[in-house]
Amino acid sequence: MMISIHRLAGPAILALGLALPALPVAAQPRDTLTLCQTLEPPILDPSGGAAAAIREVTYGNIFEGLVAYDRDGKVVPALAREWTTSADGLVWQFRLRPAQFHDGSAVTAADVKFSFERAVAPDSKNAQKWIFEPIAAITTPAPDLVEITLKSFTADFLEGLAMGDATIFSAASVGKAATEPVGTGPYRFVRWQRGDRLLLERNDSWWGAKPAVKSVTFRFISDPQAQVSALLAGDCDAHTNLGAHEAVAQLRADPRLAVTIGRTEGETIVAINNAKAPFSDLRVRQAMAMAVDRRLVNEGAVSGLGTPIGSHFSPNHPAYLDLTAERPVDLAKARALLAAAGYPNGFATTLRLPPPAYARRSGEIVAAMLGQIGIRATIEPLEWPQWLERVFRNKDFDMTIVAHVEPLDVNIYTRDNYYFGYQSPVVKEAYARTKTARSETERLEAFRTIQRQITEDQANLFLFMLPKITVARKGLTGLWPNWPVPANPLAELRWE
Amino acid sequence: MALFLIKRLLGLVLTLLLAALVIFLVLEILPGDPAAMMMGVSATPESVAALRAELGLERPAAARFLEWLGGFFTGRLGLSYTYRVPVDGLIAERLAVTVPLSLLALGLAVAFGVTLGTLAAAKAHRSADAIIMGITQLGLAIPNFWFGILLVLVFAIGLGWFPAGGFPGWAADPMLAFRALLLPAIALALPQAASLARITRSTMLETLSEDYIRTARAKGLSRSQTIRRHALRNALIPVLTILGLQFSFLLAGTIVVENVFALPGLGRLLIQAIGGHDLILIKSLVLFYVATAIIVNALVDLAYGLADPRLRVGRA
Repeated sequence: MMISIHRLAGPAILALGLALPALPVAAQPRDTLTLCQTLEPPILDPSGGAAAAIREVTYGNIFEGLVAYDRDGKVVPALAREWTTSADGLVWQFRLRPAQFHDGSAVTAADVKFSFERAVAPDSKNAQKWIFEPIAAITTPAPDLVEITLKSFTADFLEGLAMGDATIFSAASVGKAATEPVGTGPYRFVRWQRGDRLLLERNDSWWGAKPAVKSVTFRFISDPQAQVSALLAGDCDAHTNLGAHEAVAQLRADPRLAVTIGRTEGETIVAINNAKAPFSDLRVRQAMAMAVDRRLVNEGAVSGLGTPIGSHFSPNHPAYLDLTAERPVDLAKARALLAAAGYPNGFATTLRLPPPAYARRSGEIVAAMLGQIGIRATIEPLEWPQWLERVFRNKDFDMTIVAHVEPLDVNIYTRDNYYFGYQSPVVKEAYARTKTARSETERLEAFRTIQRQITEDQANLFLFMLPKITVARKGLTGLWPNWPVPANPLAELRWE
Repeated sequence: MALFLIKRLLGLVLTLLLAALVIFLVLEILPGDPAAMMMGVSATPESVAALRAELGLERPAAARFLEWLGGFFTGRLGLSYTYRVPVDGLIAERLAVTVPLSLLALGLAVAFGVTLGTLAAAKAHRSADAIIMGITQLGLAIPNFWFGILLVLVFAIGLGWFPAGGFPGWAADPMLAFRALLLPAIALALPQAASLARITRSTMLETLSEDYIRTARAKGLSRSQTIRRHALRNALIPVLTILGLQFSFLLAGTIVVENVFALPGLGRLLIQAIGGHDLILIKSLVLFYVATAIIVNALVDLAYGLADPRLRVGRA
């Protein structure tokens, strides 16, 4: 009565047979590289969208500006070989180096004029128009010379030009910048398989020293667990900013990998609606600050990998002041302050959280800490579109947690209509001074005044800088440990 | 028969139109501005307004609905808000992953499910049957995303036979592309294979008790010959019906599995579109899923009709 098992099981064995042969993993040739990052850029035109992922792929690779940020956040020459400013700081002359776009056309002063005028045009979608607003006129005295006249002295004009938003395009190819970019950088665009990977190839006619890596694949893996798997399986040579904080110990223990903990420019804050009672009362905000232990939040939310901050300012910047010792945790004092403000039994409130893990995790901890002084915060998780609509645009919130990722973004504390509703003449005056300061010391001092004032006013609760976790195969060198701007300049990478 | 077909087709078109209207209306009342989403928190209101105008978000809803609907006939579904490329192109690109993945999973599910089910029926109430049924119980209970992670752990990280995720594309090396799809297909096939095995076993047992099987055995055929020549074919008819109905579950499964394996398929596109508030892409994708499910179900219905003339009158 036996039936022939091998016959019936035929299809199953056939299917298994396909899975069994151990195909050899190709040895990694030293001039190719697979770089994995969390988010996929929606488009590749840095002047058409604010997404950091656009810069992570294109900045200094496909596209370049007149000047650029280096890994320490200093402004260095790029397409402009050198530059001079007039004594009053109003006239800037940029001397271009001989360079070509990827389509073979030469980079001229006219391209610079075209790019900047396009950026500030009424229908421009540039997210950082402020960079170009001080410009009164752009002239092109010679094909390799650009002269820019400013309306008034602007101390951070050059810093603005180093951002991806000030990329130099050619009029002939800018129309395709979003999907088939033609730039001037050391790598040219090859192919983009949306949802998975993007291929770049070395541009051998680039003006700089020949990069060591010939072809680069960017892969986009958003799931933190999948990021770790891809690193362990050798699918990725490096991940530029790992999402799985809790996997750091495991990856550190792997002899094939090197883990570097650095900093982004993302100040993670508990933003408070300063315009709304009871938060409009300084004593309430101070009480909240004394209840929240940022070191514990840092531990719980990002495994202690972030850098605690006491104000809205990045420790990467020379003007940074360490204000983390201000208003240390003191629950008795916090309760007394709340009572003085008229809330001896605390109050009920909401904490609206956007989707990132750092926000959701910090939120749970902050709510528990506030509960210790009687502030009963109900957590409401929101998706990004709803967060942008309700919290950011309509200011319909009490508290939220978010990381402000743009470099040197304290100017948000000077905006009258910004979502957290903070107002301070002192900060506005000091910020104006950062723009007009004639000396670097004066400028740094103005930034310090701002930091002291927003901490004094406890405009928000300042938690920590979001970490940048770089994981790379041993032997790969040159990745930026910190992100003064989100960027992965490939020309600096090499295998050893 | 012609009347039956026309009625079914009409019903199909009406259902699709209704689905399109519901999808459009639901997404229309959803809060959130795609332009604000794309420009981030530091953009000026003017930049956001410029983008809104370019995306055509200022035009009346009715006009946008008709244009979108018309797009399904002309093949022009508009530009994706986030990617700024045609939606139809994006969908076509992703189908090159999701269709092979679904077919591979379906193939694996049938191969394993039918084989194991038949085997279990042949060995009914013996230890082989108990073991197979135990495995299928487990297969039904394990969520496929978890099974996917397990497969990656063993075959990608542990043994290094397969990539942990991603998809190199068909153009470069079809064999590499196939390898990239195999683990996800297995993860996707597991619950399908498990339920197919259970169904095959029960229909097979039922068939084996029919008179014609006894006749075949009386003729002198061996038991395995009887199963292969007579029982299997008859037992498979209900199995195929179930398979058609399970297709929707398979499609839904790809959404989860594609995310676990970072595969650039339709399901991942849908998740990305939702994350980026790419309304125009979400609309088209959801309608595409709905249409696929409705059409497959209609085909199953038609197959019923062909098989059983009584249904042509009553149920149309």
